[in-house]
Amino acid sequence: MHISLTVNGTEKTGEIEGRTLLSGFLRDGLGLTGTHVGCDTSQCGACVVHVDGVAVKSCTMFAAEADGCAVDTIEGQAAPDGTLNVIQQAFQDHHGLQCGFCTPGMVMSAAALLKENPKPTEAEVRAYLEGNLCRCTGYHNIVRAILAASGQDLPAVAAE
Amino acid sequence: MYAFEFDRPATVAEAVAALAAEDAQALAGGQTLIPTLKQRLASPSRLVSLSGIADMKGVSTKDGVLTIGGGTSHARVAAEAEAYPALAAMAGRIGDPAVRNRGTIGGSLANNDPAADYPAAALASGATIVTDRREIAADDYFQGLFTTALEEGELITAVRFPVPQAANYQKFEQPASRFALTGVFVAQTADGVRVAVTGASEDGVFRWKDAEAALSEDFSEGAVKDLTIAPDSMIADLHGSKQYRAHLVKTMTVRAVRAAS
Amino acid sequence: MPKDSGIGASPKRREDVRFLSGTGNYTDDINRPGQAYVHFLRSDVAHGRLNNVDTSAAAAMPGVVRIFTGADFEGVGGLPCGWQVTDRFGEPMQEPAHPVLAQGKVRHVGDPIAAVVAETPEQARDAAEAIEVDIEDLPAVVNMKAALADDATKVHDDLNSNLCYDWGFIEENRDAVDAAIKGAAHVTTLELVNQRMVANPMEPRVAVGEFDRGTGDYTLFTTSQNPHVIRLLMGAFVLGIPEHKLRVVAPDVGGGFGTKIFHYAEEAFCTFAAKAVNRPVKWTSSRSEAFMSDAHGRDHVTRIELALDKDNNFVAIRTNTLANMGAYLSTFAPSVPSYLHGTLMAGNYKTPNIYVNVRAVFTNTVPVDAYRGAGRPEATFQLERVIDKAARELNVDPIALRRQNFVTEFPYATPVAVEYDTGDYTATMDKLEEIADVAGFAERRKKSEQAGKLRGLGVNCYIEACGLAPSNLAGQLGARAGLYESATVRVNATGGLVVMTGSHSHGQGHETAFPQVVAEMIGLDESMVEVVHGDTATSPMGMGTYGSRSLAVGGSAIVRATEKIINKAKKIAAHLLEAAEADIELKDGAFSVAGTDKSVAWGDVTLAAYVPHNYPLDDIEPGLEETAFYDPANFTYPAGAYACEVEVDPETGKVTIERFSAADDFGNIVNPMIVSGQVHGGIGQGIGQALLEQCVYDDDGQLLSASYMDYAMPRADDVPFYSVDHSCGTPCTHNPLGVKGCGEAGAIGSPPAVVNAVIDALQSGGKAVDHIDMPMSPARVWAAMNA
Repeated sequence: MHISLTVNGTEKTGEIEGRTLLSGFLRDGLGLTGTHVGCDTSQCGACVVHVDGVAVKSCTMFAAEADGCAVDTIEGQAAPDGTLNVIQQAFQDHHGLQCGFCTPGMVMSAAALLKENPKPTEAEVRAYLEGNLCRCTGYHNIVRAILAASGQDLPAVAAE
Repeated sequence: MYAFEFDRPATVAEAVAALAAEDAQALAGGQTLIPTLKQRLASPSRLVSLSGIADMKGVSTKDGVLTIGGGTSHARVAAEAEAYPALAAMAGRIGDPAVRNRGTIGGSLANNDPAADYPAAALASGATIVTDRREIAADDYFQGLFTTALEEGELITAVRFPVPQAANYQKFEQPASRFALTGVFVAQTADGVRVAVTGASEDGVFRWKDAEAALSEDFSEGAVKDLTIAPDSMIADLHGSKQYRAHLVKTMTVRAVRAAS
Repeated sequence: MPKDSGIGASPKRREDVRFLSGTGNYTDDINRPGQAYVHFLRSDVAHGRLNNVDTSAAAAMPGVVRIFTGADFEGVGGLPCGWQVTDRFGEPMQEPAHPVLAQGKVRHVGDPIAAVVAETPEQARDAAEAIEVDIEDLPAVVNMKAALADDATKVHDDLNSNLCYDWGFIEENRDAVDAAIKGAAHVTTLELVNQRMVANPMEPRVAVGEFDRGTGDYTLFTTSQNPHVIRLLMGAFVLGIPEHKLRVVAPDVGGGFGTKIFHYAEEAFCTFAAKAVNRPVKWTSSRSEAFMSDAHGRDHVTRIELALDKDNNFVAIRTNTLANMGAYLSTFAPSVPSYLHGTLMAGNYKTPNIYVNVRAVFTNTVPVDAYRGAGRPEATFQLERVIDKAARELNVDPIALRRQNFVTEFPYATPVAVEYDTGDYTATMDKLEEIADVAGFAERRKKSEQAGKLRGLGVNCYIEACGLAPSNLAGQLGARAGLYESATVRVNATGGLVVMTGSHSHGQGHETAFPQVVAEMIGLDESMVEVVHGDTATSPMGMGTYGSRSLAVGGSAIVRATEKIINKAKKIAAHLLEAAEADIELKDGAFSVAGTDKSVAWGDVTLAAYVPHNYPLDDIEPGLEETAFYDPANFTYPAGAYACEVEVDPETGKVTIERFSAADDFGNIVNPMIVSGQVHGGIGQGIGQALLEQCVYDDDGQLLSASYMDYAMPRADDVPFYSVDHSCGTPCTHNPLGVKGCGEAGAIGSPPAVVNAVIDALQSGGKAVDHIDMPMSPARVWAAMNA
């Protein structure tokens, strides 16, 4: 079947099967391999993208259902000249990533959080990341990065 | 996944027509169905997506009854069900934020996972399940693990919740899936108190009648703190024994009553 | 003042930009022209005899290119084991064959029976379902004790039993230890389980094999921590491909934690099949597949005894452990419960008599191998738990008991064959007490109690042996590989440097940290230095990244190569400056003649090396490129002290981590930001082991924790911010950087602290609980409280 959608602000079309997942269409159909697939039970969140402005797990949504939608992925987060956005920059500044595999989903979830709740507490950040697993960082620097991206001071234990 | 045809109807009527095909299956938010398809544990010939049906989405309140369209996401219920705060709070803790943006009330109730949250809310609230062809009282709707009163091809178009005087849902999460290891929804209405338990029983969501009787007499922690529930029919798995779940049923009930009163 | 560049600075990681922009290059991002896809048909029974595998119907399915079974691999080598342990009777361990695809029997759920290569992944899977397998079920061997019974079913029919080895360390000390325990004033005994874990790097494994019929060259792209090791093992032992015809590339790798060290069947298959079908062949593991095909970790059952004299001095330790090997010997599996475990049993303490017995057992489960810490967490856990139990039995402060028994003089030769070069365990404990605010604990406990919660404080120490290893020592202990590391430093004509390292970065930030070292040595900006790794075609033969070895061993190789560069550059500079080589000084990227104002810039020297018009061609060759192989003289011995504070909800048994503090001695620190990040991650995994994670089989060998629905991974709201400190460094004495390694510390040091804290909390609430096995799930804690 045929779909057309807007990906990172650009019109895209594609031929897909009914069973094609959005993650598969982005990766294999459009070559946007920044969206990662880390599990098959909708828990790890490495595949989080935004569809019509809200975070979804692209491995748990059919591409057919994104027909006509606006999809934003990690590849569209930086400025056209490559300058990292505030969240991406905070992740680098605060060492919020190590192997980088969960990072696209983390950044997209963080963006969704700060859109809903521009000044989250530490507990709110941690709760919002319930669907994003990271095995490298112990979450310490991810939470710091998101708090920093929200423009808030870091608690003393996390300030160093 | 096995291959299947994909339909995305715009109306309930079109969806019902499409579901008449052999081995057709409705696709709600897909947050359970898609992982199931990935494991090749289901092989529908045709998936009928409900996500394009605008009539099935939305939250409204009238005469003390909250009506939620069957295709309404958990995130939307969490944000819009102000008239029923306990329900909104429950919806806001299903899964994770991305799951809540896709998963729907209709999908959850149609699936009737024994550890899902909505079945407890619907049963405790005495909700009415509205389908494309009839209305089903919650007490008649839930029929055991993954089993409901729905017929082949029948769609949940809306769910009506009479808003109780007081209510609360307490979920004790299974550490891995974050589904309810045991969840208890307590609702106090003019007709008495209803207590529905999810996650604990081998028979799926159920009403804890002893607690209901005690709480209908006296809606306080004290009324339930010395009750016990038999562990025999509780689930035992690597996350908890029968005894532990039975204990959690009581503990979560006490907490729900405390939070509601 | 923190430095802003060079050793000790924390520059932002250069690898982050690509990862944050979605432009990383992970193995699954690689697609080769014309590639086909493989799906492995895996056993769904734990143990069975393969009577027949009929692929005829499947072969006719749409898109099928070819189907392979064990028969296709009969002339092909099996997956090799890289470490041979000699048992306490002087006999070699029992070592079974490990075919690429099952031959004759299947031995665990997930054991690959057949492989379907097809045009698409879904077609490969469709066809795999059409393969008819006739399996005769055999009794599953799951429990280790039962596996050792005389009448137990054998996992491998051609072995004598299910016992891989019965290892004693050090066997000659056994009688002395027995005597010391018999004569002790007090003996504390503890039986415990260090549960089976799944490493779960967020990137599942992927392999893409390719064969060039024109040149006869093979290429394997794979998710590996050590591409050269894979090339050696697969080339030499499995497929018989000489190394010059085989290139292994491990590009961006999404975490490893040990489980991507090993050589796996899927790698060999994709490489083999690429030639057989004359097309690139790709395999991408699903997470579900990962749970039954990635090597697991830990899985020890241990009884430990700690004997003390009347003054509470440790006099002896005796341990008996059953260690699960799973169904086959994974690459380094035999070393983990033996040399990586027994050698650490002294911990931070001067215990004169120690004896460790380990029986390694075959079962019908996924093979078990190194997982972050590998043997050392198991040693630390039992030792630090038994010390805590002893302190409670003797009614002494657990911190004081530890302090009293610390090793205080270095070097210190333990009774378990290793020699600690440096350390200051008192200083780290002092620092821990400070950052954990141990003094304020009583007040915090009071507050928790007022809120109806039980609060506990748990403290422990750890030591680990890192920087594997002196190759000759490892060889004596059974290693079938060298354990050096390599580096080539190439200086370009205009002065920029490329460091080609055998270490592999899969989250550790080598691309950022290694240039800090080189830039500091020469006095250049770090942007002048680039790191290349992960490709056997570009780096010298290296041993890869595991065991916290990259900086201590790989970094030392880089130092040695850079020293060679500097030495040669000084010769060139001396020529250009018409001075004696001995008078040349290198500072801030310029060479000068001591005591004069004559100098020549780095770039002028490097240009002269490649445009040698004015050059000492009689003495030295043109060019500026050097290679070094560094083989360490000893292990390094990072150590530390960790503290955990928990609250326990007495109604539900739920444990909440309220505070976690870590004081580590990593020796010198190159990049404090990266070091802290490594500790954070290790603590996260340690808390995961203590509270959440467990890999569970039922009695039939079915995997119950087969996905994230049942295997509880730590999430952001399961952990607090951590307070970490590494200011108490005592530099390593035998490597040029004075570094010790930091990658595994957090995972080694944290589980006992959490368990000790929970026991402390429960005892404060009057519960007579002295041990709970991990993971301390709410159900387990509640059951222990209500036993």
